[in-house]
Amino acid sequence: MTTSTSEPVTYAYAVARAHPDLAPSLTGLVGVSGAPVHLISEGAGEEGGGDVVLVVSPVSAADFGEEGLRRHLEDLDWLEAVARAHHAVVEAVAARTPALPLRLATVYLDDASARGMLRSAVRLFSERLDHLAGQVEWGVKIYVEATAEAAPESAPAADLTPGRAYLSARRRRRNDLEASYRAAQEAADRVGDVARAYATDRAAHRPQQGVLAGDAGENVFNDAFRVPRGRSEAFRAGAAGAGHGLAGVRVEVTGPWAPYSFAVPQEDEGTRGTDDARSAADTAGADGSDGSDGVVRGATP
Amino acid sequence: MTGPGRPAAAAPLPDRQVALIDLLDRLLAGGVVLTGDVVLSIADIDLVRVSLRALIVSVSPENPSPFEHSGPPARRS
Repeated sequence: MTTSTSEPVTYAYAVARAHPDLAPSLTGLVGVSGAPVHLISEGAGEEGGGDVVLVVSPVSAADFGEEGLRRHLEDLDWLEAVARAHHAVVEAVAARTPALPLRLATVYLDDASARGMLRSAVRLFSERLDHLAGQVEWGVKIYVEATAEAAPESAPAADLTPGRAYLSARRRRRNDLEASYRAAQEAADRVGDVARAYATDRAAHRPQQGVLAGDAGENVFNDAFRVPRGRSEAFRAGAAGAGHGLAGVRVEVTGPWAPYSFAVPQEDEGTRGTDDARSAADTAGADGSDGSDGVVRGATP
Repeated sequence: MTGPGRPAAAAPLPDRQVALIDLLDRLLAGGVVLTGDVVLSIADIDLVRVSLRALIVSVSPENPSPFEHSGPPARRS
């Protein structure tokens, strides 16, 4: 079904708790296609209506219709521009009022259609907004540092045959690596302790791999934590220190984020969402899996 | 403890450039997924997302991930 290219469609960024400062704070803010962002409120003007709003902007139907999206989403530059614009809007909204970020590329035919969606789910949104009010998300990633090739002394020891020297270097390297994985597990345990002290919820993301992950070392832990604002700094400091004194391990903390990873209750998310992507990617790439009892497991050659 | 940490953090920092991969973790796997009379059906969004994941993750049979981080060990603290 081709959509008309002339009429814009409606791109939705977030659902938010209505706030008198919200609209003024969004003036001048542009969305994914450079068009100004505005609010749609359900039941505005009615008694008791308009408590929950939808943040939207018009986008081109050619770019954001089904075909356009299909074409564009494999283009990393295009995707990055849209993701950053989406994020900028979510950040601006979340700085003013509790917000539920929407999944990237949530597109409606027009504002009326978006308003209909808002109306149909307003109670659910309202409950979730209450649940998340005053809380932020922190990301914690743990890396096993690429060991410096375990310095196989460039000239193998004279008393070893080349074969033995190779094996010995390899064993050393593997021991180093195993020690690093154990240290990573220790760091993950420490993060768990910090979370028990300060966080209210936790969501696991896949460890990062691939071109976008860069050469930052091997990411073995990539979780998100929901933390009340008042404990935010305590959590950040605690998590950032989780790698202290552990060799071969680096801990990175990102945030604070709007509650992207907690917009939907974890239980409900399971059926459609992260787990789908996770299992799809797992079946695509991973060899047999035996479940994981620990957060971090060492590579078994 | 040192009193309630004052999170200047809650405000967006204009000059903070988040890593694209961290952003995509959240925008493609997090967030509210809405159904309704949308241009894209939900199934299509999922398809796009999964093919995109493949691009980003690029785990190949010859280069499998040593970690099958198949799920969170503990959902709640």
